[in-house]
Amino acid sequence: MEKEKVISVSGLTKKFGDFTAVNGITFDVYKGEIFGFLGANGAGKTTAMRMLCGLLSPTSGDATVAGFDLYKQTEKIKTKIGYMSQKFSLYEDLTVKENITFYGGIYGLGNRELKFQSKRLIESLGLQSEANQLVGSLPLGWKQKLAFSVAVIHKPSIVFLDEPTGGVDPITRRQFWDLIYEAVKNDITVFVTTHYMDEAEYCNRISMMVDGDIAALDSPSNLKQGHGVDSMDEVFYNLARTAKRKSD
Amino acid sequence: MHSVVVENLRKQYKENVAVDDASFKVNEGETFGLIGPDGSGKTSIFRMLATLLVPDGGEAHVCGWDVVKNYKEIRKSVGYMPGTFSLYQDLTVEENLHFFATIFNTTITENYSLIKDIYVQLEPFKNRRSGNLSGGMKQKLALCCALIHRPEVLFLDEPTTGVDTVSRKEFWEMLKKLKKEGITILVSTPYMDEATLCERIGLIQKGRLLSIDPPQVIIEKYPKALYAIKSHNMIELLSALRELPLIGSVHSFGEHHHITIVDRTLTLLDIRATLEKELPYPFQIDKIEPSVEDCFIQLMEK
Repeated sequence: MEKEKVISVSGLTKKFGDFTAVNGITFDVYKGEIFGFLGANGAGKTTAMRMLCGLLSPTSGDATVAGFDLYKQTEKIKTKIGYMSQKFSLYEDLTVKENITFYGGIYGLGNRELKFQSKRLIESLGLQSEANQLVGSLPLGWKQKLAFSVAVIHKPSIVFLDEPTGGVDPITRRQFWDLIYEAVKNDITVFVTTHYMDEAEYCNRISMMVDGDIAALDSPSNLKQGHGVDSMDEVFYNLARTAKRKSD
Repeated sequence: MHSVVVENLRKQYKENVAVDDASFKVNEGETFGLIGPDGSGKTSIFRMLATLLVPDGGEAHVCGWDVVKNYKEIRKSVGYMPGTFSLYQDLTVEENLHFFATIFNTTITENYSLIKDIYVQLEPFKNRRSGNLSGGMKQKLALCCALIHRPEVLFLDEPTTGVDTVSRKEFWEMLKKLKKEGITILVSTPYMDEATLCERIGLIQKGRLLSIDPPQVIIEKYPKALYAIKSHNMIELLSALRELPLIGSVHSFGEHHHITIVDRTLTLLDIRATLEKELPYPFQIDKIEPSVEDCFIQLMEK
């Protein structure tokens, strides 16, 4: 049986003036997988991700996300995806509860569902005594876990995570990955970028962007084997070194 | 001689104690790593040492100067690269560098030899506004600006967070060169592989230093035997191992899970035999040397 595609991308390109940020990339992401989207700073990851989230319109190429067309149905796409990034996730001057209510509301949850999810989420994260604290006062690791839980509160088909564990301590990073595994169990596909190469190992498949192209796409073990190396760190290093474009 | 001396340093924001009785010394010319989770007080320590924040208790000296009384002297002799990009976004690369050189009563040419290796990589973009640079380039520019007055001590607060592996390696190569120039470096990082590149590491949690040792000593002090295990389905293996009373701790480390065993008398053969009874699928287990990350996790969970 053909595996169900949650993302299907063909020749996707984005140009800014005469600069080609994303150069005709083609790949599929299958339902239930953890898809690692790697690349050096400036390789085009963020641009590609913004297009897939319907936030930036492509220059050319085709793509469907959660079954919807990237040109004509961006608003539908937005209801079927979750997104969190290290840079922007929650409102610091709203409380934990208010953030959950706000995002749940935006994602279209009804009052009853919202109440239920809010309670469940606060309990599962152990944030009972912080529920009425401003998010700004929480440690980064807690914020990130909360941001992730909020990003999947509406049970999206796919969640996009842009460097979700940047700057987070080793224990919290691992707790964060537990949340990812749980989401996968609940049929949510995960699309994640990271600079931690141990985390690359936790992905089912990895694509590696170099200069706007996908230079490699395979499982971590196949990539290591193909490069004749023992770690993803070395694979990354080998591929990123071939970049011609200065990371400007 | 110590370049940095921190004694019972304390900082409190309302009821929140950020730095709690922290003490450590950094030798002249040493590369010292301050490693700890977010919110452990690293940034507050940096800001107090850079004389941007007044301590609530204790003392700190940089290059022999008191951080409160002699703050002006300290500002002349240290370079500080904050965790967030703090240069002028609407000035160009060259303008930023020129600005910082002028503030410190020097010129770009006077100390060019110190920043040359870094600056040549920035030079193609010297007329670009710094706000439009990529993460890796911003970080290189920030380092140049922190070095332009040839400081004796360099404070680097998470300089490589959000930076890719290749740029991180380059950055540490630069630090090695600065060390050769005799510059003392106090650096914080969430990347444990970078911690290994420091001569000594202070592990910090909740505003207190848990330990201060060279990386090798930290590893030797690891109190347990450590094993690496893997199978075809690592997520399943992770939850299975968590349920087993035999297992003391289990953490993912890339393609393996690292585990410790409650009963220290068990040999690898015993453990393998027990696990073979418990796990219905093939697996591979070996005894391994801990990494700094293993040690850090162990200390944090104590």
